[in-house]
This record gives sequence, C-alpha cells and structure tokens, in this order.
Amino acid sequence: MALWDLTAHALHDEIAARRVSVSEVVEAFLERIESHDGRIHAFLEVHAEEARRDARRLDDAIAGGAAAGPLTGIPVAVKDNICVAGRRTSCGSRILSNYVPPYDAFAVERLRAAGAVILGKTNCDEFAMGSSTEHSAFGPTRNPWDEERVAGGSSGGSAAAVALGLAAAALGSDTGGSVRQPGSFCGVAAMKPTYGTISRRGLVAFASSLDQIGPMGRDVLDCLHLYNAVCGHDPGDATSARGDHDIHPAVLEAGPRGLRVGVPRAWLGEGLDAEVAAALDRSAQALGTAGASVRDVALLDPAYSIAAYYIIATAEASSNLARYDGVRYGVRAKSAGDLASIERRTRSEGFGGEVRRRILLGTYVLSAGYYDAYYLRAQRVRRLIHDDFERAFSEVDVILLPTAPTPAFRIGEKTGDPLAMYLSDIFTVPLNLYAGPGISVPAGRSAEGMPIGMQLFAPRFGEAVMFRAARAVEETLA
Amino acid sequence: MSYEPVIGLEVHCQLLTRSKIFCGCSTEFGAAPNSQVCPVCLGHPGVLPVLNRRAVELAAMVGLALGSSVRASSVFARKNYFYPDLPKGYQISQYELPLCEGGALEIDSGGARRAVRITRLHLEEDAGKMKHAEDGSGRSFVDLNRCGTPLIEIVTEPDLRTPAEAHAFLVELRQLVQYLGASDGNMEEGSLRCDANVSVRHAGETSLGTKTEIKNLNSFRNVERALESEIERQIELLRSGERVVQATLLWDAGRERLQVMRVKEEADDYRYFPEPDLPPLTLTQVWVDALCRALPELPEARRARFVSEYALPEYDAGVLTGSRELADFYEAVAKRSGDAKLASNWVMTEVLGAVEGDARRVRALPVTPEGLGDLLALVTARTISGKIAKAVWAEMLETGIDPRAIVEKRGLVQITDPEAIRALVADVLAANAAQVAAFLAGKEQVLGHFVGQIMKASRGRANPELTNRLVREELEKRR
Repeated sequence: MALWDLTAHALHDEIAARRVSVSEVVEAFLERIESHDGRIHAFLEVHAEEARRDARRLDDAIAGGAAAGPLTGIPVAVKDNICVAGRRTSCGSRILSNYVPPYDAFAVERLRAAGAVILGKTNCDEFAMGSSTEHSAFGPTRNPWDEERVAGGSSGGSAAAVALGLAAAALGSDTGGSVRQPGSFCGVAAMKPTYGTISRRGLVAFASSLDQIGPMGRDVLDCLHLYNAVCGHDPGDATSARGDHDIHPAVLEAGPRGLRVGVPRAWLGEGLDAEVAAALDRSAQALGTAGASVRDVALLDPAYSIAAYYIIATAEASSNLARYDGVRYGVRAKSAGDLASIERRTRSEGFGGEVRRRILLGTYVLSAGYYDAYYLRAQRVRRLIHDDFERAFSEVDVILLPTAPTPAFRIGEKTGDPLAMYLSDIFTVPLNLYAGPGISVPAGRSAEGMPIGMQLFAPRFGEAVMFRAARAVEETLA
Repeated sequence: MSYEPVIGLEVHCQLLTRSKIFCGCSTEFGAAPNSQVCPVCLGHPGVLPVLNRRAVELAAMVGLALGSSVRASSVFARKNYFYPDLPKGYQISQYELPLCEGGALEIDSGGARRAVRITRLHLEEDAGKMKHAEDGSGRSFVDLNRCGTPLIEIVTEPDLRTPAEAHAFLVELRQLVQYLGASDGNMEEGSLRCDANVSVRHAGETSLGTKTEIKNLNSFRNVERALESEIERQIELLRSGERVVQATLLWDAGRERLQVMRVKEEADDYRYFPEPDLPPLTLTQVWVDALCRALPELPEARRARFVSEYALPEYDAGVLTGSRELADFYEAVAKRSGDAKLASNWVMTEVLGAVEGDARRVRALPVTPEGLGDLLALVTARTISGKIAKAVWAEMLETGIDPRAIVEKRGLVQITDPEAIRALVADVLAANAAQVAAFLAGKEQVLGHFVGQIMKASRGRANPELTNRLVREELEKRR
C-alpha cells in the first residue's frame, strides 16, 4: 500500500519502527498533492519547503534516538482560517488574500510540539460561512469521489485532502457542522469536540460562541490522536475549558457494549434521502449487534436550532468581521475619498456575497428595536436546546443520526438558494448550540458511490463514549 | 423666572496597571507611536482577549471606595462602531451588568458637604488616538499605543447643579483614585476624561428638561467653561420660547466654543451584545471583602482624623489630605517633631512651596519627612530659632543633609544662657549711649534696635524672647 493511502496511525507504526523516514512520508504526500490537487483544489497554499525542513529535523531527532509519538512525522493539513505564523491565512477571502499572521494558533503550536508536519493551508468557504466550499474567493474544492459534486463545507479542502490522501489528517473548524458535513460528503472521520476543549486562539473567529476547531482523519482512531494532540487548557483563551480532556486510545477497546443509543426518529422525515435513511438503520443495527441498546429519543425540532443559529452566528459574525477595514492589514480598496468611503469600498469589494449577507443579517438582529425580538429570543431558544440535550442525555448515552440529509450535492445546485444551503446543516447545527461533542464517521456509500456519514453526539466532555460508539459504526460500515 | 441647571457626569479614568486590559503590552504614556502593540490590541484575525486581574482589582477598589456594590457576576459586552482608532471595530465594555452599581461621592459645595450619587462603574478598554496633519494635506495618523489601556467609566446621577459642583466632583474623584493608586488622574495626559450631560429647568420643577451631552472635556477649566457656556445657551433658548434639541456637542477648547457633533436623529446604534470571548466575570464575596479590608484610608476619613487626632483646623486638614503622598508626609513630620500644628504650618507653607503646590511631588524632595521632623524638634526644643530653622531648611533642600549636622557644623545652636546674652546686651548698650538715653527719655521703639544688634552680634543664635527680656531689664536698671 502506498504511504499516502495509510491512516495516520499506520504511518506512525512505519515511522516508529523506522521502516520509513519522515522525509519519505512527506515526499509521498507532496507528490500526491502535485499530481492530484490541480483538479480537486483542496489546498490554497502548500508549505513544501517548510514541510521538507521539518521532516529532516524530525528524521535527525529520530536518528538521534528520540521516540516517535503518535503524530511524529504525520503530514497534517490546516484549514485556512487557522493561523500559521509567516504563511498566508486568507480564510478563503479576498479581503485577507495578503494577510500573513505573525503568530501560530494554539492548535498549530500543539501540532508542532507533537511532531506533526504541516503540509499547507486548505480551502474553505469564506470565513467558514457556507456548506460547500463554493463560497471560497479562490474557487470551490471538488469532491474527490465525483468532481462535479461539492466537497461540503466549510472545511471542504481539509475533508477532500484527507479523502484523497493529500494529507494524512487535517484540522478544520466547525461552527454549525463545518467539519462533520464535509467529512460526511468526502468519506472521512470528522469530529467537533466539546466547546472549550481546543483553544480558539488563532482560529479566525466567525461565531465565537459556536466555533470549535475539529480534527479530521481517515478513521476514528486518527481523529482521537489528533484531538489529543491539540486539546488542552489555554490561558490565552478565556473560554478554554480547564482540566485535562485527553482520551486514552484504549477506551476504544471497550466498544459500545452497554451504551444506550438514542435515534431522534422525529427528525428524520421529509427531505431525508432514502439511502441515507438505510445507512442510519444499518448503523443502528451495527451498534445493537455490538452490544448497545438502541431506542428512539425525543429532541426539539431542529428547525428551532436553524433559526436560532442563523441569528446568533450572524450577530457574532457581524461584530467579528468588523475589524476587516483595510486599515492595518488585508486588502484595502484602491479609492480616493474619505474614510467612510474607503471602509465601505474595502468591505464591499473584499467580502463575497454570502459573507455580506450574513454581516447584514447579524447587524440587523442586533439593531436597536430588533435586539429583543431576534438576538435575545434566539439566546433563550439556545438555552432551551441546551436543556433539551441535557435531558436527552439523561435517557441515552449517545445520539445517532445522519450527518447530512443527502450525500454530496452538485456544484452550483444550491448556490442560488441560500435557505436550501442552510438546511443541508439541519442535523449538525443543533450540536453547536448545545456545545457538546459529535463526530461524523463514514457509514457506507450511495448507489452512485458517494460517501454517507453518520454522526454520534455525546454529552459535553463525553468524547470517550462518542469515540467508542463511532468506532463500532465505522468498523461495520466504512 | 429663574432656571436651574441639572448636570450628570460620565468620567473615564485610566487604571494604573502595568499592562493592558486584554494583552501584555505596556501601558506607559508617551512612547513612540505604535510601539506598544501586539496582535491582540491590533485586532489581528484570530486573537482573543484575556482579562487583566489587576484592572479588575483597581476598578473594584474605586467602586468600594465610592460605596458602590460590586456585582457577584458582571458581563462584558461589545460596543460596535467603526473608527480607525478602534482596531476590532468594537470596544469591549460592560453594558447591562456593570462591575459596580450605586454609591456616592461627597463634594464641597459652597462650603457645605453634599453627596453626589453614583449610578454605575464599569470596566472597558481604551481606544487609540488619531492625529490629523495640520499641513493641509488632509492626512491622518493613528497611534494604537493607547488601545486596550484599562478604563473605568463612572456615571453619576443628575445630582450636580452648577459648573462649580461638576468641577468639585472631578477634583474629589481625582483625589480618590489617586489615593487608591488606581489612576494618576492626569487630565492633561488623558488619564482622566469627562463627558457631561446637562439640561436646565425652572427652579422648583422636578421633571428633567431636554439634555445635551458635551464631549471632549479634557481639563478642569474646560469642564466649567463648557458647562457655563451650554447652560447659558439653553437658558437663552428657553427664555426666547425655543426648545432645546437633544444633541451631542463637542467643546472646542481653543476657541472656547461648543460645536454640534450630531443631533438625536443621527444617534449611533452601538448594537451592544454580550462579549462571547469572555465568560461573565464572577467575584466571590470573600474576594470583595479582602479587597475592602485592604483599602487605604480615604481622603474624607483622613481629613476628619487629622482634625480629631492632631487638633488641626479644618482648613489645615483639607490642605494636608490633598494627596495621599502629602498626608503621609505630614503625618511622619508630625510624629517625628512632636508638634502637630507646627508641622502643619511647615508642611503647608515650606513643603508645598518647595514643590510649587504639586502635592504628589513631595516624595521627590531630597528632604525626608523624618528630616523635617528632626528640624522642627530642634525648634520646639529651642535648640534653634524658627528663623534659623528656615535657613537650615533651605540648606536641607539643597543638599538633603540631616538638620542636626547642619546646625552643628555651622554652629547655629541657639544661645539660651542668660549670662552669655547679658554680656552681649552690655556690649551693645555700652556702644549705643545715645539710643540708651533716647529710650530712657521715653522712646520705647529703640528697644527693637538693641535686640536687632544683639541678634546680629550673635549671628541670629540668641534666643529672641530671652534677649528681649534681658535688654529691657538692663535698660530699666539704667533709669
């Protein structure tokens, strides 16, 4: 098997046994990017020189007797809304197309400390706003399984890179499903951890109370290793959770035996693809066969989540994106005139349509006279959704549901209909409002050969049970 | 018909922390433009605020000193607006649930003490500074050093009635924050800034008139001048049957004129919402109590204690408690010298004179309060006269040398031996036979002439009272 086709943990075994050098691994992936990324457009920037330099340094260390940890020498791709010092971080936006951050994100610091090799920055919807990576200012990422289809989004570049073997693993970010949905569309494992377990420092904010960096890998175990490497308390993020949230890989050995698995059947009506529904049934069976008990669980209608989400997320975004005025960094519109017109033109020309739409929505819901009716009410709904999940998790240990109502849709299919695009996140968004962990795992394919993903939700800080159940689905259906 | 002004203040006060409120950059004033900045205070993509613990302590101390209640949970909020000196496009402030609520500050109003109620006190970050080129190029510059300097905003109830009261409030507040070490309260450097809300109404009315807000009051004088000017304008309007339009005004200190910045219809909508990057600030009662116990003695209490403990006149106590440094200096002098009133006279005239009235500079004097105390002890022990003491003081200010060493070195010890003085008196009387005759003929005022001669002969060391008495005695003997 080619090196690029191995999981990160299989690569680790090769590297640790010194059957292969880190440089060989990195070259294999760089060649793969060279030959395949032209068509898929998963990467916005490839850091080949830095990756080769890191590989040599790691090989020297290993030759000098250093032990290889789970991520030592593993080539990892990083979504372009996560800062890597000295290299462009554009967030898929024209307005930041010349922005080079002076610092590493916390997660990137941790990746480097774990010995991972950063291969480059991956494509995404502009400022992570979108579900297809079609809203990237630099063109869409194509689905490796069908180039006429989207890779999902907003972390479409990271998902496609892992699926196609352009990177062994990747970091994405998930505000309303942005790692899980592309994970599902591209057939990779993609996890949104409990809010606060991975520092947001260096993750360019879209909606601060919902954003979370998410690990993406070939399988559940790879997600677990990547999660362990980047989680942990960061005094530089006031919303970072205290304590240690590592999950020992041995927890997977327990399997799903004894777990109570809830399926929110009431959510699965109109709009659910028949093949996705069938994959859900097979996943439930697989969990049952492996020793879990599967039952229905009642949850608040996800339509409430979508409504609350698009108010809270856009409100926060309207404020978070106010800093892009072309004054201190980023692209400034070439226009004479007064300050207000420079700001207006910079922002009108620099932001794409979807970002402008969300800034306007967010500005509106925070405006005097509308705040109570929209923002405040959405926060109350969020509270109810949180409480509803807590209640559900008193009845079940994990919740099983599809990641998206359909497999990957066609490029251009939903770009003219924002609401249809928003509804492709209907099964992922509620989890961000709750703040708990969830993972999408490959659970078979459609008749057309497109991947289908299943999600497992767990209570806040319940990553261990989430991994156990996810591993069982993956083993049976992937 | 007479009109009554109603004034409320919003005071911004920079806190004396070493680093900024949400990052580690220095807060020092006067550095080269944009030299004290980092990705956080520049609002780079992906940065997050981390709250400065010391800023919370200082803000809560001011609140406690004002008698405010410190909220167990307060919430940071974003105030959204675009301006080039505001890198993030929003200011992190507090809105619905501020750090402190309630309280009052007593001010001096025409000789009487009067309480001005405090509405709230909250924490926020300062913005940068804009500088507009004056060369006609139309260019503007932004200095972001000040961005993220911790501020408290103190809002009063509309309890003030005259520009003089507004002035008194600011003086009192500045003294308080300086006492606490919470702020240097320097209006010229912008560490204390004031906006005023003002309206007028018929005397005796209880409802409020339409108010205007005056911004950019950056000196004590400007506060009074701007308020006087605006009150006069509003009264003129009402007298002529017109109405006051709600507006924000800007005080142009150079031309001593108010300019309309915007009227109500153009009022900004700041779209406040809770800051998602910072969890609510929770403070335990134990923490608040400990902070309360650690508060220094406040000006008000200290003034009262100076009157009772040192038997000082109200006036002296007021002057001496003008700053914590001066009050500390005075107390050390009083204790060392053993004469509280003498110490008060000296500190008020000689010490304040030496620092040109800037009470906070007393610590920079070469003379320690112990040194001055020793000098005054020499006076009370009659080792030197008050006049000699002034000369010694001048030398102490020059050299910082201990007063006893100066007195000893220069042989300034007072002559109190009656026989020694009597000898001097005899010499002087013998050498001034004509004046002696004049005295005996009833010309009493030549007595002073003899005393002066003796003081001169003794180089000022003869004890003046004793000299006086002995001169008279010797003259009487000659009758």
